[in-house]
Amino acid sequence: MTGRTGDSPARPARTLRAERVIWRLSRPYLGRLVGAGLLAAGTELAGLVLMATATWLLISAAGRPPLDTLTVAIVAVRALAISRGLLRYTERLAGHDAALRVVTEVRTRVFATLASAGRTTAGQRSGDLLSRLVSDVEAVQDLLLRVLVPAVAATVVAGLAIGGTALVSGPAALALAGGLLLAGVALPVLATVLTRRTSALVAPLRGALAVDAVDLTHGAAELAAFGASRAALDGAATRARELARLERRMAAASWAVDGLGVLLSGATSAAVVVVALRAEVGGVLVGVLAVGTLAAVEAALALVGAARQWTQLRPGLDRVAELLADPDGLATAEPDSAEPRPAEPRPADAPSAGAGPATGRVGTASDRSGSETARAGCRLVEVTVRYRPDAPPALDRVSLELPPGRRIAVVGPSGAGKSTLLGVLTGAVRPEAGRVTVDDTDLAALPAERRSRAVSGLLAEAHVFHTTVRENLLLGRSTATEDELTAAAGAAGLLDWVRQQPAGWETVVGEDGGQLSGGQRQRLALARALLSAPTHVLLLDEPTEGLDPRAADRVLASATGYAGPTRTVLLVTHRLSELEAYDEIVVLDSGRIRQRGRHADLVDQPGWYRDQWQRQHDAELAYPAPRG
Amino acid sequence: MSRRPFDPRLLHRVPGARPQLGVLALLGVAAAALVVVQAGTLATVLAAAAGGELHRTALAGFLASIAGRAALVWARGLVASRLAATVKAALRADLLGAVTRHGPAWLAGQRAGQLATLAGRGLDALDAYFTGYLPQLVLGVTVPVAVLAQLAYADWSSALIIAVTLPLIPIFGALLGWQAQAATERQWRRLSLLGGHFLDMVTGLPTLRVFGRARAQVAVVRRMADQHRVATMRTLRVAFLSALVLELVATLSVALVAVPIGLRLLDGGLSLRTALLVLLLAPEAFLPLRAAGSQFHASQEGLTALDEALTLLHPADADGATHTPGTSPDPSPTAPPNGLPAPTVAPAPDGRSASAPTPDDRPGSVGVIRFEAVTVEYQRTTALREVSLTIRPGERVAIVGPSGAGKSTLLHLLLGFVAPTSGRITVDDVDLAALDLDEWRRRLAWVPQRAHLFATSLADNIRLGVPDADTGAVRAAVRAAALDEVVARLPEGLGTRLGERGHGLSSGERQRVALARAFLRDAPVVLLDEPTARLDSASEAAVLAATRRLVVGRTALLVAHRPTLLAGVDRVLRVTNGLVVEEPTPGTVPQTSPAGLVPEGRPA
Repeated sequence: MTGRTGDSPARPARTLRAERVIWRLSRPYLGRLVGAGLLAAGTELAGLVLMATATWLLISAAGRPPLDTLTVAIVAVRALAISRGLLRYTERLAGHDAALRVVTEVRTRVFATLASAGRTTAGQRSGDLLSRLVSDVEAVQDLLLRVLVPAVAATVVAGLAIGGTALVSGPAALALAGGLLLAGVALPVLATVLTRRTSALVAPLRGALAVDAVDLTHGAAELAAFGASRAALDGAATRARELARLERRMAAASWAVDGLGVLLSGATSAAVVVVALRAEVGGVLVGVLAVGTLAAVEAALALVGAARQWTQLRPGLDRVAELLADPDGLATAEPDSAEPRPAEPRPADAPSAGAGPATGRVGTASDRSGSETARAGCRLVEVTVRYRPDAPPALDRVSLELPPGRRIAVVGPSGAGKSTLLGVLTGAVRPEAGRVTVDDTDLAALPAERRSRAVSGLLAEAHVFHTTVRENLLLGRSTATEDELTAAAGAAGLLDWVRQQPAGWETVVGEDGGQLSGGQRQRLALARALLSAPTHVLLLDEPTEGLDPRAADRVLASATGYAGPTRTVLLVTHRLSELEAYDEIVVLDSGRIRQRGRHADLVDQPGWYRDQWQRQHDAELAYPAPRG
Repeated sequence: MSRRPFDPRLLHRVPGARPQLGVLALLGVAAAALVVVQAGTLATVLAAAAGGELHRTALAGFLASIAGRAALVWARGLVASRLAATVKAALRADLLGAVTRHGPAWLAGQRAGQLATLAGRGLDALDAYFTGYLPQLVLGVTVPVAVLAQLAYADWSSALIIAVTLPLIPIFGALLGWQAQAATERQWRRLSLLGGHFLDMVTGLPTLRVFGRARAQVAVVRRMADQHRVATMRTLRVAFLSALVLELVATLSVALVAVPIGLRLLDGGLSLRTALLVLLLAPEAFLPLRAAGSQFHASQEGLTALDEALTLLHPADADGATHTPGTSPDPSPTAPPNGLPAPTVAPAPDGRSASAPTPDDRPGSVGVIRFEAVTVEYQRTTALREVSLTIRPGERVAIVGPSGAGKSTLLHLLLGFVAPTSGRITVDDVDLAALDLDEWRRRLAWVPQRAHLFATSLADNIRLGVPDADTGAVRAAVRAAALDEVVARLPEGLGTRLGERGHGLSSGERQRVALARAFLRDAPVVLLDEPTARLDSASEAAVLAATRRLVVGRTALLVAHRPTLLAGVDRVLRVTNGLVVEEPTPGTVPQTSPAGLVPEGRPA
């Protein structure tokens, strides 16, 4: 099992686009960031000046001058000793505060960008990709704290050190400048190149090993059962050894840079001493310059670490920038998200969008009874969807009437286009041809908020948020009253469970509903969908998945009943039970409507529906009834 | 939780690390010596320079010591990296090997995920520990000792100051560390909730969008991120205090040393060279400890990973559950099976259909499988109680019952993933515990509930049980498992590489791959664990049809949740609360049993 490559190695993107994007976002906090950088510089300088002053003090004292000439230096040494620690403390707090403010900004922007991307690609993206996105955002913090602030500090210290030395001796300043240039520019560049090369070689192997680890643990049972453990283990061990060998080899080059850094600080200091003595600088100052040089080069060497850090952060930063600059670009990672982005009017237009008189009250989502009468409902006319130009259509000229109060079930084999149909109705998927209208207004012309007020419901992979049951339900409709909560939970069969909980509605459900059983989680998602009370169409995608057959029938009936007389219900299901109550059943296959009609008609016709129904029916008869 | 800076279990677990650790210590001693030499030579150079002279010998000595230090930095990094690589490779091999040693049951629950993360990227956190923290820790011992020795020789009063202030670093560090730890722990729940909010929102974005709440949540995301910042800063204000105090101790002690020697120089009681030596050496004494302190956080992740790995490999307390078949608590034969009287051993019938390969190809056929008063206890529950049953060759037995009743445990017993806590299982009257497990498993094919697909080619996934199978055989298995249409659709057919955990295939397609594995394995016993759970009707139909083809002529145990699977079985066993009861054979099932089966049913 040779693993795939994991993360792609750092691309040599030389455009600094990521940095520009972050720069733009950081601008409001620039003052704080620069302040933190200056405080960091102050910290380094305090250390440098402390050693330089102490040296001056000692060498001067050796000349036995009167004590009062040294008083200032003595006070300075003590003051600098205290101020260095205080400066460091302030700098770290200021830096973190500024960086976290920028991170807040980036998080908000990333979320806003994803939120307005206008389609559900985020849902189709794997969880890994999303959590990577979240850690990518954290990379911004590292960029500011471990790259930007140290870089500002090192530059300021280097500049001041060269300037200060120049006041004493021009040639010594030149020697120092040379050393600083090597330590602060050449070595960081070298470190960058080496780090990039290392990660290009090591990252794929580490990715492969991570895949090995997943396969050997999650696939352990299969490997054991099929007697393949030994071979898989050997393969993984070979790759682990190869990685170890590679890591050892790369370390040799990488650590040479650190060795060079040490050499450089000593050599520069020696050069400064020699040059200063040649230039007949006073003996006291030679010592000051030598000690100061050691500290200045040490400060510049911080750039080597910053460069390494930067190189490692680049891929993550690039992804964040890519998302913010071009929200659709990132989604190309998923094959089925290549459809054009639907036009999306500004939310500000929402209240006055010309959606016809009938939708004038669409905004009052609490209107569960749907008392408006003059509604044409929702309609699909000859809708065709294609995810890629060369792919067969996911929906092929599908027409569907969804008048108020109608109960429609969509069935069909997996991959038939059921999810695509739901996507078209929520506006997440834009048709290549055909029209989708709500009360004779194009769905695409409606603002996103209005669209979801007209059509919403339970879709596949509904997320349950890490908060209370109440908060989760209120996401469906924030204005819902206690009675409405109870009614929706009751219809979804959640109410008994809620009442059993000590915390009731305030029960926290855990990460993605992890504290709930599968059935409760499904009921919670269903209750939320019912509560959302769309004005036109309630979508129910496999609402009873994970429930046992009898509970499933019960919940489906109560959920359908809950929708009321004027709301359309569109049910997608693979269980062909309890469909007698539906006005129309649509059989989709390969993007086309193959059969449509009521249950009684369809079981009489030969076709997928009858076969499937027969199969399920027989099966349930054959199922031995549980014994009391 | 604060960890010891070095885990002694490591030496025991990774013996190969010992020489490298020794070299690291020696390099630390050498580095300490060079620190002293460098300060001494520089002091000489500067003392001479104060008189306007260039002390060439001292300068050369200084440069030489610098070169030596540079070489040592390089060597230390090299050895530390090698050490890290050695330890990581050894622990990886151990961790992954542990899976094979302990068997899949050991991996139940959290452990598989933890192990996968640890053996994957988790151990890479050790790099920071071994190359950053540990070498500094070594220097933190050697350098202060060398500096104090030199100072005591040159100027004992300065040495005294350093000797008194130096221990303050670890002491204050520990005190403030605890303080910060407590503050962090108080905040932790809140911090993690606030920190996790963004991920939660991003993950739930499609759901928010369905309800038109996505844009409304932008303000919430900002508010929560800002609260996260405020909460973090509150913690950091305490956490950074420790660094502040350490820095103050270090710099103040330099000031404490420098000012008195300056005054003593005025009195002429001290040579300039000695004074400079003291000044240059004093900060060096504090440097490694402070550097180690600043690496501490980065190293914690590594130490945690190390601790997890060592604990996983060598748990202090046994888990109590039955793990390995080899350690079966009571392999001795127990009382004769109660409930079902043991029939005489029936020879394996030749009931295989014509399409099956000749019996010579099979790794032996399997006779009567008998459970004799088998009880399986897990840590918290009893999965099976005193189960006795007999499965005769060629029988197709369905196992039904509510979830969690112990259905899968029956299969896991046969697979050798779980050993009976008491009782025994026999195959042809031979105790399963006495059989060579690999040999026995060669006679089994298993289709689990959720088959794991490996990140390799589709063909290799199917070949799992028969690595040397030729393409023709694989294709035949693909056809039998109704996988051919799926293969035809894939860009590179059978050669298509699958993503991690079979990413790219639907669950129905995955189950068909698992069935193809079983077809290719062509074993006399097939164990199917709800092969159609979580499938839509279309996939279910395909998988069902393939399943029916698979069980023909073999002994089959079929865990069924879906009633559709029950058609065509010979017997139905119901498992409830760990008890197994024979059910009447489903009446509506057409008699499709192939000829040649042992006359079936309960023994008279």
